[in-house]
Amino acid sequence: MLSFTIRRLLLAIPTLLFISLVIFLLLEASPGDPLADVPLTVPPEVRERMREALGLGDPWPIRYILWLKQFFWVEPLHWTDQVFGTSFSEGMQRIISFQSRSPVFDVIAQRVPQTLTVVGMSYVVGVLIAIPIGILSAYRQYSWFDQIGTFVSMIGFSMPTFFTGVVLIIIFAVNLQWFPSVYDTTLEVRDWDSFLQQARQMVMPVTVLALYNAAQISRFMRSSMLDNLGQDYVRTARAKGLSERVVVLKHVLRNSLIPVVTVIALGLPAVFGGAIITEQVFKVNGLGQLLISAIHGNDIPMVLTLTFIFAILIVVFTLVADILYGVLDPRIRYD
Amino acid sequence: MKLKTVLMGAVATLAMASAAFAERGSDGQVNLIMWQAPSTMNPYLSGGTKEIIAGSLTLEPLAGYDTEGNIFPRLVTEIPSLENGGIAEDLTSVTWKLRDDIRWSDGTPFTADDVVFTGEYCMHPEGGCSQLAKFEGVTSIEAVDPHTVRVNFDSPRPDPFSAFVGGQSPILQKAQFENCIGANAPTCTEQNFNPIGTGAFRVTEFLTNDTITLEASPEYRDPEKPAFATMLVKGGGDAAGAARSVLETGEFDYAWNTQLAPDVIAGMEAAGRGKISAAFGSLVERIHVNLTDPSSSLPDGERSTLEHPHPFLSDPAVRAALSMAIDRGLLVEIGYGLAGQPTCNYVPAPEAWASDNTECLTQDIEGANALLDEAGWVRGPDGVREKDGVRLSMLFQTSVNAVRQDFQALIKQWWSEIGIESELKTVDASVFFGSDAGSPDTLQKFYADVQMYADNFEGTNPAPYLAKWTCNKAPSPANQWQGENISRFCDEEFDRLVDEIEGVVDADERATMGRKMNDMLTKDSNAIIPIVYRGTASAHSNTLGGVALNAWDSETWNVADWYRLEE
Amino acid sequence: MTDTTRTDTDPLRAAAGNAATPEGISPPIVPPQAEVATRSQWLDVWRQFRSHRGAMVGLVIFVSIILFVSVGPLIWTIDPTYVDIRARNSGFSVAHPLGTDQLGRDLLARLMAGGQVSIAVGLTAMIIAIFIGSLIGVMSGYFRRLDAPLMRLTELFLALPLLPLLLLMVTLFREPLSQTFGPALGIFFLIVGAIGATSWMQAARIVRGEVLGLKEREFILAARSIGTPSHRMILRHILPNVLSPIMVAATLGIATAIITESALSFLGLGFPPDFPTWGRLLYDAVDQMVLYPWRVIFPGVLISLTVLCVNYIGDGLRDAMDPRIRGR
Repeated sequence: MLSFTIRRLLLAIPTLLFISLVIFLLLEASPGDPLADVPLTVPPEVRERMREALGLGDPWPIRYILWLKQFFWVEPLHWTDQVFGTSFSEGMQRIISFQSRSPVFDVIAQRVPQTLTVVGMSYVVGVLIAIPIGILSAYRQYSWFDQIGTFVSMIGFSMPTFFTGVVLIIIFAVNLQWFPSVYDTTLEVRDWDSFLQQARQMVMPVTVLALYNAAQISRFMRSSMLDNLGQDYVRTARAKGLSERVVVLKHVLRNSLIPVVTVIALGLPAVFGGAIITEQVFKVNGLGQLLISAIHGNDIPMVLTLTFIFAILIVVFTLVADILYGVLDPRIRYD
Repeated sequence: MKLKTVLMGAVATLAMASAAFAERGSDGQVNLIMWQAPSTMNPYLSGGTKEIIAGSLTLEPLAGYDTEGNIFPRLVTEIPSLENGGIAEDLTSVTWKLRDDIRWSDGTPFTADDVVFTGEYCMHPEGGCSQLAKFEGVTSIEAVDPHTVRVNFDSPRPDPFSAFVGGQSPILQKAQFENCIGANAPTCTEQNFNPIGTGAFRVTEFLTNDTITLEASPEYRDPEKPAFATMLVKGGGDAAGAARSVLETGEFDYAWNTQLAPDVIAGMEAAGRGKISAAFGSLVERIHVNLTDPSSSLPDGERSTLEHPHPFLSDPAVRAALSMAIDRGLLVEIGYGLAGQPTCNYVPAPEAWASDNTECLTQDIEGANALLDEAGWVRGPDGVREKDGVRLSMLFQTSVNAVRQDFQALIKQWWSEIGIESELKTVDASVFFGSDAGSPDTLQKFYADVQMYADNFEGTNPAPYLAKWTCNKAPSPANQWQGENISRFCDEEFDRLVDEIEGVVDADERATMGRKMNDMLTKDSNAIIPIVYRGTASAHSNTLGGVALNAWDSETWNVADWYRLEE
Repeated sequence: MTDTTRTDTDPLRAAAGNAATPEGISPPIVPPQAEVATRSQWLDVWRQFRSHRGAMVGLVIFVSIILFVSVGPLIWTIDPTYVDIRARNSGFSVAHPLGTDQLGRDLLARLMAGGQVSIAVGLTAMIIAIFIGSLIGVMSGYFRRLDAPLMRLTELFLALPLLPLLLLMVTLFREPLSQTFGPALGIFFLIVGAIGATSWMQAARIVRGEVLGLKEREFILAARSIGTPSHRMILRHILPNVLSPIMVAATLGIATAIITESALSFLGLGFPPDFPTWGRLLYDAVDQMVLYPWRVIFPGVLISLTVLCVNYIGDGLRDAMDPRIRGR
């Protein structure tokens, strides 16, 4: 397994470089203009000047190589400087966003906390709800619990968050006034009161997203459990006189986890990607909002950097999933 | 409009009166929400309206425009004029006398050097300054003495108030931005996010595209203002959410750009926490008719160029019928409510420039049908008119926007009633308004027969706005599709007028010429079919006083005068 | 968990060990018998399916929804794009049984027309995504040699930013497709292709994970030891056993496709703006939710109902096709 991991990690480097090139070319080729936001009152000659100031005058290979250099050389140097107080990166240009003209990584660092708290929390809540529901639904297939679980999760999944979010706001923020409709990103948790405030503003976005995530995961959990509950080894285990608890939670659950692990491993990088619509509805302004506004503004350095970090996470988490397959089912071998 | 301006004046006066016995910072915190979040505080780097509004909370120009579009002094003692000698006799220079009691928010005095520096900053060839057009024709800016600045032009300028006037070109502090000139401009993140200004507030924390926190500037020239000690500007979400947070939940005091359907607004206002108001500048929603052939059967470099006239839109009768079939009043009622007025004019304001062109305001389907019959367009079996094998079938495009999509559906219906078939298309705004020469869906390429969008002009001088419609400005591959003459309108007489108006100084004569040009574009040729004169709509809470919406300058032009009203 | 007498007495099934295949019989060995068995097996599947109450209810509702959107417009002939401005925002009436929208367009007609598009897009895009996903998943799980390249491809697709990709696809293909197939059909292909091509990755990863475990099981070894060729191995033994996660992915896929279609249209990438779809009806009405709640309720209920039906039908099918559950 170790040699497999090392081999995969080495293979990841050319893969990621290739992915970054494809993303860059995609952004280059897709229509859009970083200056689309500039009012029409700005004449074309001025727009041309602004475009040159953004560095868009250079041919694409130069800009791509420059980005690679900035990402893999200048940024690490800058962080080293920050940590050790050295000055290796002095005079070197970091990756600069077109929209705000500020270093891309500084903006990302600002956004990570709220995304991790809201989207990350909703994912954890979603998984924690989904797995027990999935197990119970499968174990008592077609019971009332299962029927209600199916109903709620299918509705939860088929209702888009732009709808459920607004419904929650109208009920709980406008009519009942229990929770704020606008998420305050500047709130710092210092004491009990600010903690309560933070909890209050997280309730609605976390609910919306957790419902969506739980719906999906619980369906996969249920179906996989059902597949395994019918297997011969379950009968054998029961025949051996093992308790139901052990049979279900130890034998069946473990064997049923492979699709669930896949779904969760695909979902975790998405946590970093943020939740575009939910963040917008509740004004959380995390990474999802950052990405979508960068895409709309054709802020190529920002989109490229964000999607590249996203790609790294995807590669890492697929690897983690592959390793977990081997742990869950020792028959799976990669060598 | 009249009544509204009177009311606004009243509100403004009230603001002055009550602010007189207020003291700085006595009213606590004010919360603003801008659903399109500002990405920087430096308007020279972005050019977007949202950045101009954010920037004007701390930065100020020498002079601004009030709600009526009249210029008024901010950092100068008086507005230069021929009478007071501020404008040179030959109109080639303007001299500004700076106030001597102005201090930057860091306590240092404001001098002529700062103004000169700001000019250099924007005019630097490598800076990519978005407000460069404001400095067009400026040859030099000199500090005559520490409190006098002279701006020299290369030729006589009837309207010298572009540089340093209005929220678009505020003064930056030389000491702060000295090392940010030219190619270094983007590296100055700290300066661009936390500019030192002369305005009522100063930034305490700037989170790009998210939240700005500000506090009252201790150095503001009026010791009693601003009434608010701190300010929060929150970004993100959408127009409906922003309006809701002011009108229904009361979490915010002011929401910028809450363009929503009138019935939705009415529903929200019913909560009684605030209201929406609108101010009218020069923004007009219009339909542009493509006078050239956008057919995809043409070779790529020749689509929508002057080489190929449009098969049927080159017929003036068809264009006139298109305009006659539209019920502008109904469109306003459905889409804009208070924030719109039906119009037939390309230049709706200032008053002297607005033509008395009102014929189009009444819908005339019968007349349009008669006109088309007369021109020889006969209805085919499917109800669509045709002549010599040419069917009146069009592609109608616009950007993605709920109101525009409703307009498209309605207009399509009206056009079908006069035997003109249209297919609707929408394009994402970032593509439509982007001038990416590689994309087929941009406004400039105009690979459609008609398209709808809104545009305006800055300041109070519509001449450059009218000058867009000369033959040589038609977008084509030769100018990388960067021309501004979207309709491909081409009339020698019009070109001549554009040349002539440059040299005219007399205001009345200029306005007369402007009205004539406006009529040539609209009712005479119907190359542009104006629909709605649009205002900017913003929501504010009933507990926020002093708000006077301004469409000629930044919406936060008078933020120093805002105060808390007791309910 | 008792198997039916029928399966117990089937000697071939017993020989196949615990193969969970619905057609766990190899025709070449005893062709005539197999044919009979296959036919009776499908009958059996149908019988089992019918006894699944949820699935039957789902099927009936699903068929009625299909009839509503396909036959409905023949009976209720108002043009869904016809603007009757005087009747705007009207409530339930004889002329407009479900009321009208802000421009006076008949909501009933719009729901029917919208349903045609949404169901067609949902089903087709889901089928494309599931087909590509299963193909890539099975290939990469079963053939070790293909695993690395196919999974790197999956990672690439997962990493691509969706919006610029869609914008690019629309720019490149909108005109050629609408010229070849006409505007409506051309855009249909474009949307279905775009959604399908960008949502197969999850299915691929899930199927691959299952296949990796499956191919080490005893019954696969047994089948391999009697020389079963790869293609039959995959079709007969692997695919039927990964059916249930595929079913779940398919059900969820329909919901995602219907919603994604509406997202595409409010980005200007979808159908012409006056063309109703359920997702768009829902999105357009969100702002007016407080004033006219039924405008969000009807499309919302229809979307959920469709997804729920497909889910129950999928459940029923899966149960019916699983010989271990069948007859329980």
